Amino acid sequence: MTTADTIHPEMTTNNTEPSFEALATQLLANSAERVPSLKGQLVYRCELSKLISVLKLLNSNENLEFSQLSDLTAVDYPGRIQRFELVYQLLSITHNRRIRIICAIDEGQIVPSATGVYKSAEWPEREVWDMYGLFFSDHPDLRRLLTDYGFEGHPLRKDFPLTGYVEVRYDDIERRVAYQPVQLTQEYRDFDFLSPWEGDQELVHSSLNAEAENKENAKKDGGS
Amino acid sequence: MGEMQIRPLTLNFGPQHPAAHGVLRLVLEMDGEVIQRADPHIGLLHRGTEKLIEQKTYLQALPYFDRLDYVSPMNQEHVWALAIESALQIEVPRRAQLIRVMFCEIGRILNHLLNLTTFAIDVGAMTPLLWGFEEREHLMEFCERASGARLHAAYFRPGGVHQDIPDGLAEDILNWCDKFPNFITDLETLLTDNRIFKQRTVDIGVLSADNALALGMSGPVIRASGLAWDLRKSNPYDAYDEMKFDIPVGKTGDCYARYLVRVEEMKQSLSIIKQAIHKMEPGPVLAQNNKITPPRRGDMKMSMESLIHHFKIYTEGFHVPASESYTAVEAPKGEFGVYLVSDGSNKPYRCKIRAPGYFFMAAVDEMSRGHMLADSVAIIGSLDVVFGEIDR
Repeated sequence: MTTADTIHPEMTTNNTEPSFEALATQLLANSAERVPSLKGQLVYRCELSKLISVLKLLNSNENLEFSQLSDLTAVDYPGRIQRFELVYQLLSITHNRRIRIICAIDEGQIVPSATGVYKSAEWPEREVWDMYGLFFSDHPDLRRLLTDYGFEGHPLRKDFPLTGYVEVRYDDIERRVAYQPVQLTQEYRDFDFLSPWEGDQELVHSSLNAEAENKENAKKDGGS
Repeated sequence: MGEMQIRPLTLNFGPQHPAAHGVLRLVLEMDGEVIQRADPHIGLLHRGTEKLIEQKTYLQALPYFDRLDYVSPMNQEHVWALAIESALQIEVPRRAQLIRVMFCEIGRILNHLLNLTTFAIDVGAMTPLLWGFEEREHLMEFCERASGARLHAAYFRPGGVHQDIPDGLAEDILNWCDKFPNFITDLETLLTDNRIFKQRTVDIGVLSADNALALGMSGPVIRASGLAWDLRKSNPYDAYDEMKFDIPVGKTGDCYARYLVRVEEMKQSLSIIKQAIHKMEPGPVLAQNNKITPPRRGDMKMSMESLIHHFKIYTEGFHVPASESYTAVEAPKGEFGVYLVSDGSNKPYRCKIRAPGYFFMAAVDEMSRGHMLADSVAIIGSLDVVFGEIDR
C-alpha cells in the first residue's frame, strides 16, 4: 500500500494543452473535423466509414494515448435526415484529456462494433441496440441489456411513448406474470410550460430540429 | 465406449441471493466448482431514468439522481448541478462550494462504509456491518439536518445548495470527525490482518492497470490496480483544488487491495471534511440569479417580482441554451458522468448517465473466469456495485 504524491493539476493539464489539440486535429485531419464546444472540450465529427479507424488512431497514437472508452451512447433526432448520432467519449489518463467523437447515422445503417478497439464498448453497444435499435456488426454478444426478456421496441427513441405499450401484473388464476396493454386511469399530464409572450420562434420548435430542417430545405433548394 | 461430451453446469445466481447486492441475476457456467463463464443479467431495476429526465424540467430531473446510486445520493446530484452550471455559465458562491465538498465527502464515507461492511459480510464477517451501520446512521442524520431527508436529499441545486446548513451542524460534524477514526481502527483490527478475510480476498479477481483501463474501470478499482487517477485531483471541480489530500493507490489490483484503498480513502475524506468546515465563512449559498435560482422566502412576501420569479421557476423552469457537454465527478464508486444535450428549451433533450458500476458489472465475466464459485461473491463485493446506478 503506497500513497501517491500529490499531483498538481497545472502539471498535468496546462503543459501539453496547445500542442495536444493541434496534434489531435492533425492526426484526424483526413477523417474527422473539429466542432466548437463548451469550455474547450475536444469534439470531432466523423463519418461512419471512418469511425473505427479514427478510434484505432486515437487509441494507438503514443502522443495522445486515449486508452479508455469511458462512455458510448446515441442521441435520437427524428427531424434530421440522418436520424441518430453515436457519441463516443474517450479518456487519456496520461494526458488528462477527453475527446468526443460524434458520428451521424441513419436508421437501419449497420455500425461496426468498437469492441475490437475498446473492450469496454461491449455493454454500451448492447445498450444502444436495446434502447435505439442500432445494429452493431462484429459484436461478440449483441443481446438486449436493460429491458425485460421478450421486450419489443426501443424505448429511448423519441417516438416511443413514456408510458410504454404494455404493463405487467401477477395473474392469480394463471399463476404467472401477465402482460396487457397499458391502461392509464388518468390522462398523461403533458403541460405546455413555454410562455407565449416570449416569442415562439425558437422555443416552440426546438432549435436543433429547426436547424436540421433548414439544412434539409437548403439541400432541396440546391438540388432543384 | 466413445468419448463423452460433458456439458458445463449452468447455475443461476440471484436475483434473490443476498450477495447479489440487490437485483443481480448472474448466470454461471460451471466446470465443477470453477467458473467458466459469467453472464450478468442486469436491468431488473431499470426505471427508465434517462427517458423520464427528458420529460421533466432541469430542476425536476434532479431528484432522479439521488435514486441512482442511493448509498451516496449527494455525489450524484453534484454532477447534475455542475452540468447545468457549466451550460448556463453561472458561478457558485464559495460557501456553497464548501458545503457541497463537505457533503460529497460525507457521501463517500457513507458509500465506503456500506461497501466495506457488506463486502465483509459476503465473505463471512458479520460484526463490521453491525458497527458500520451505526456510523452511517450518524451521517444520515447530518444529511437530514441540512436537507430534511436522510437519503434522497435533493439538496444540491444548480447555482449552489438549497439552503444553508443549520446552526451547530458544522460543530457536530467536527465532533463526529474526531470519533470516527476509532471506528476505522476497530474495522481494521477486525479485517485487515484477519486470516479468513485475507484468504478470501488476496489474489482474487486481479486486474492489471492496462486491463482496468481497457475495461472502463474508474475510482477505487482503478486506483487499487496502481493508477493514481482521481478526478478530484486531475480535474478539480468546486473547491477541491484548495483541499489537501492524498490519493491512495494499491499495488496488486486484487480484492484485498480494493478493500485497503477504500479504508484509506475514508481517512482522506475525513481530512477533507475538516478542511472544508474550517474554510467556511458566512455568505450566500445560492447564486443570486432570479432567472435560475428561486428567490428567498422573505423577499417573496415583499416583492411582486420575486413572487413572479418563484412561480416561473417552479412551473416553467429555466431554459438552458443549446449545447452539448460531458461533465464527470469522482463519485465514491468512480467516474460518474453526465452527457447532456440541451436544445434551448426548459427540458433536457438527452441526458446520458455514465455510471461507474455499469462498467464494473460488465467486467465480472472476465474477472471471475477460472475462479471458484465462492470467489465470485468476493469479486462482486469488492467491485462495489449498486443496481440503482447500473440499471438506471
